[in-house]
Amino acid sequence: MAGQHRIVVTGIGLTAPNGNSLESFRDALLRGVSGVRHTEIRYMGQQVAGLCDFDEFKYQSKKMRRRGTRAGSISIWCANEAIENAKLDWANVDKSRVGVFLGITEHGNVETENEIFEMHQNNLDWKSWSPHHNPRTVANNPAGEVTLNRGITGPHYTLGAACAGGNVGIIAGAQQLILGEVDVALAGGVSESPQTFGIFAAFAAQGALANHEDPTKASRPLCKTRTGIAISEGGAIYVLERLEDALKRGAHIICELAGWAVNSDASDFVNPNPERQVQCMHLALRRAGMQPSDIDIVNMHATGTGAGDIAESAGVREAFVESSKTYVNFTKGHIGHAMGAAGSLELAGNIPSFIDGFVHPGIGTVELDPECAIPNLVLHTPVKCNVKTILNNSFGMLGINSALIVKRYES
Amino acid sequence: MNQEQVRQVVLNIISDIAPDEDMTTLKDEVSLREQLDLDSMDFLDIVMELRKRHKVEVPAEDYPKLATMASCVSYLTPKMQ
Repeated sequence: MAGQHRIVVTGIGLTAPNGNSLESFRDALLRGVSGVRHTEIRYMGQQVAGLCDFDEFKYQSKKMRRRGTRAGSISIWCANEAIENAKLDWANVDKSRVGVFLGITEHGNVETENEIFEMHQNNLDWKSWSPHHNPRTVANNPAGEVTLNRGITGPHYTLGAACAGGNVGIIAGAQQLILGEVDVALAGGVSESPQTFGIFAAFAAQGALANHEDPTKASRPLCKTRTGIAISEGGAIYVLERLEDALKRGAHIICELAGWAVNSDASDFVNPNPERQVQCMHLALRRAGMQPSDIDIVNMHATGTGAGDIAESAGVREAFVESSKTYVNFTKGHIGHAMGAAGSLELAGNIPSFIDGFVHPGIGTVELDPECAIPNLVLHTPVKCNVKTILNNSFGMLGINSALIVKRYES
Repeated sequence: MNQEQVRQVVLNIISDIAPDEDMTTLKDEVSLREQLDLDSMDFLDIVMELRKRHKVEVPAEDYPKLATMASCVSYLTPKMQ
């Protein structure tokens, strides 16, 4: 897929509602631990959400945190953890050859809502509007905060790709490496969405907001009684390198990007299109030089909405109809929907299967919706499997689909 | 408010804006920027917080009067009566 260049993952840093490292996240996924809890949302009262508890001040001063955004803070945590995980000799890394590419679902809602709230608290005095509003809400903010934090002088930007953002961020990083624009890509996705009431209110208005008296049971993908999305924050950033560079510095190679595809439904603002999703998965497979039967795990996007789960289930059934050995799982039962982080976070949660040999189960599905029945769907308990390949689905509003395939590294 | 109270008001605001700084050794006659890691955006924040918390307006031409703690107190005390 990558032409002359093979692209490999040499580091992963993350924060999820149920873990702040790949090890703890993986452990929570295998043990079926949910990170969704109750939280107070402005105007709306108690709601369920996936919230992270990483130490904001481990890599960032209090002043810079105050000046920046939650998405920036999540990005800084993930980037620093990823750099450490990759054992990059940072002092001798050419910072002008490092790039930061982060997928986002949205950015700026949180900060704009906060300013409007403050203005109302101040009798609509428009002069109470913060001078920090612009740098906090420019769309490149999360990636830009990483460059400020680590002195990175190569390119940085975010990729607005709705809930496909996490996959798209990784793909963009790989593409920049293939183009030779950078030597190291910090790539992935982030979400600060639970800090904005608007996204909760809008999903509620769509009849697609998860709710349950026990928040750990609120996110129920593929379940007959699912009520919608549990909105989450989080992030996962990967250190990506060209294989030859990684080998040259003796890096530990976590896995290899095998192929990917991004396409568009061109059919509806919110309703998914399974035909285009199948095309996206097949295109990624073709580019990876693989057949459906070459894939060991498909991680579904599976958000827990009525229409979305049925459409994707139909798509996955069709795309993998020729494969009797492909396992299918999902991750949002554990962590809710981490929006722009979902793709990169959920892929990260599956990657340790190359080592531990388990397919983690989807949880939260009390009674499987017959329309979401898929062969080899892994629910409730892990399944042992010699995993060599993973296909990660991430889809978003306005009909953006992404499928990213990674494989165990073999020289 | 008396001068000591105004000083405390300014101290509280700066502590919130620059939470990593040690305020206990602050010298009132020395420029704030010489002693603390404050930039122009931080001074805009100080002006903003005076407005929000104490309804005190500081026009742009008066910003130099916020240079030291002592000048802050002498400038703001009449405005906070």
